[in-house]
Amino acid sequence: MPLQTAAPVTEDVAGADQEFLYTLNFGPQHPATHTTLRLILTLDGETIVKAVPDIGYLHSGFEKLGEDLDFNQYVTIVDRMNYISPFANECAWFTAVEKLIGIELTPRCKYIRTILAELARISDHLLCVGAAALDLGALTAFLYAFNAREKVYNIMESSAGQRFHPSYARVGGLMADISDDVVAQIRDFVKTFPKVLADIVRLLNRNRIFIDRTKGIGVLTKEEAINWSCSGPVARASGVVRDLRKDEPYLAYGDLQGAFKVVCGKGGDCYNRYLVRMGEMAESHKIIAAAVENIPAGPVNVDLNDKLTIPDKQATYRSIEGLIQHFELFMWNRRWETPVEEVYGANETANGELGYYVVADGGGKAFRARTRPPSFIHFAVFPLMMEGHQISDVPAVLGSLNIIAAELDR
Amino acid sequence: MPYLDTLKAKFAGAFTTSEFRDNKRVLLSAEKAPTTLFPLLKCLKEECGFDMLAELGGVDYLNYPNATDRYCVVYGLTNTATGERVWVKAFANDPEPELPSVVELWKGADWMEREVYDMYGVRFVGHPDHRRILMPAEFVGYPLRKDYPLRGYGERHNFPTVTRAES
Repeated sequence: MPLQTAAPVTEDVAGADQEFLYTLNFGPQHPATHTTLRLILTLDGETIVKAVPDIGYLHSGFEKLGEDLDFNQYVTIVDRMNYISPFANECAWFTAVEKLIGIELTPRCKYIRTILAELARISDHLLCVGAAALDLGALTAFLYAFNAREKVYNIMESSAGQRFHPSYARVGGLMADISDDVVAQIRDFVKTFPKVLADIVRLLNRNRIFIDRTKGIGVLTKEEAINWSCSGPVARASGVVRDLRKDEPYLAYGDLQGAFKVVCGKGGDCYNRYLVRMGEMAESHKIIAAAVENIPAGPVNVDLNDKLTIPDKQATYRSIEGLIQHFELFMWNRRWETPVEEVYGANETANGELGYYVVADGGGKAFRARTRPPSFIHFAVFPLMMEGHQISDVPAVLGSLNIIAAELDR
Repeated sequence: MPYLDTLKAKFAGAFTTSEFRDNKRVLLSAEKAPTTLFPLLKCLKEECGFDMLAELGGVDYLNYPNATDRYCVVYGLTNTATGERVWVKAFANDPEPELPSVVELWKGADWMEREVYDMYGVRFVGHPDHRRILMPAEFVGYPLRKDYPLRGYGERHNFPTVTRAES
């Protein structure tokens, strides 16, 4: 009788109760997770059989606070959701609030918000790309990225007075107008940024190790991306051509349609997500370059007589109308009059569609301020992307999804 | 709005509609929602092209002006081909707020339904992994309900701590 080799054990490989499978706890304090999130990995050797995310470590009741703070106060909390691009969050929040109250912003405010939101997108993508490369061992790109992010922070500091959490937007406008110095800094950024981008491209795009570790890793097909509600770069890297800046133009994007294109990929893997982010930075650069030379003159806030915006110091201390309006907007039992209605407003932020569902009961604060957090939705896809990959691919996929735990848990 | 004609032909009398700014809504009352919600969303997905569940969130309408039902789950659907959006609001009431789960239709609903359950206590019948998601498993109560106080019931300052001497 001829010898026969034993058939390979193929049954029940996915069964987590098998003896040869073991469990590894990844996080919540692991340097590669960047923020506080935990993964329970079931491993077969180094291959991941099952990944179960355990979230909630940073849950701090932001949405409950949104029901207690008024529209202007909540902007400080909104800043702290995706703290990598805080100004984009503010824009999204006020898109919803201003849609609810029915405010049409002044052209100048629209342009300033657009420019700063695009700077926030660049800042977010730089961190994501830099940190993703850092996790895969490429430190230099990270340094170049952070050097450029510093300039974005300087612009934020010059305009809002705060670097990290600007809290710059207000209902119907901005806290203050920008100065010529800010415009000069933005022009300088426009001039120097292409070099940074080119440096990162040269460091990573054809980097053998980087490509080996990202190409074909964490693949998400177009159908899966739609079915799992993905948006932003994650969906676009899979071929979903959807960008709210084009599909539902808000702020000044209606005027700037010719200045940018939607960047999409086909592969849906980590490398494609990286390329989409790089492409989006180049497009954002074009938007800023076009917008900064066309900032309209005029007031930055909507008309004071609409009783919607906070009057400036001059009006508050020198006129009775200004003083009364200041009082009306700051007393807890007065503030804005809102329709008894609810509305959803969304912006295309760096991570994807960031929307707010605001329910108002007629008073000056939200009855319900639901956030549609892109990080939360993208992290739900993580187990699907991870199955069958190696444990060393975890940082690559986490980096490419750009999970911000403060937004994930709120 | 061709989807409205399709819905009217299939679910006549089961829903009402409303509109505010650019949000167009389909409303399902607490009596109709348990039976109508799933087929209605399925019809919107498969026949009207709303292939993406962009948003799923809960609202508690306790003490809201003119509210008739208490809990509401808001489904924001998007047609990725045309960019059209529709909002489906399904209501539920105490003591056992329940709605059918839509994870079968959209995998993205998985975590969002868990979050609504975690925050409002609305159960989703047929959900494959019905657990809390943000709050710890042993947590009692539903924090985003309107009758839950802002500072909680003392979970924070009554939290058992272990001192160095005891450890």
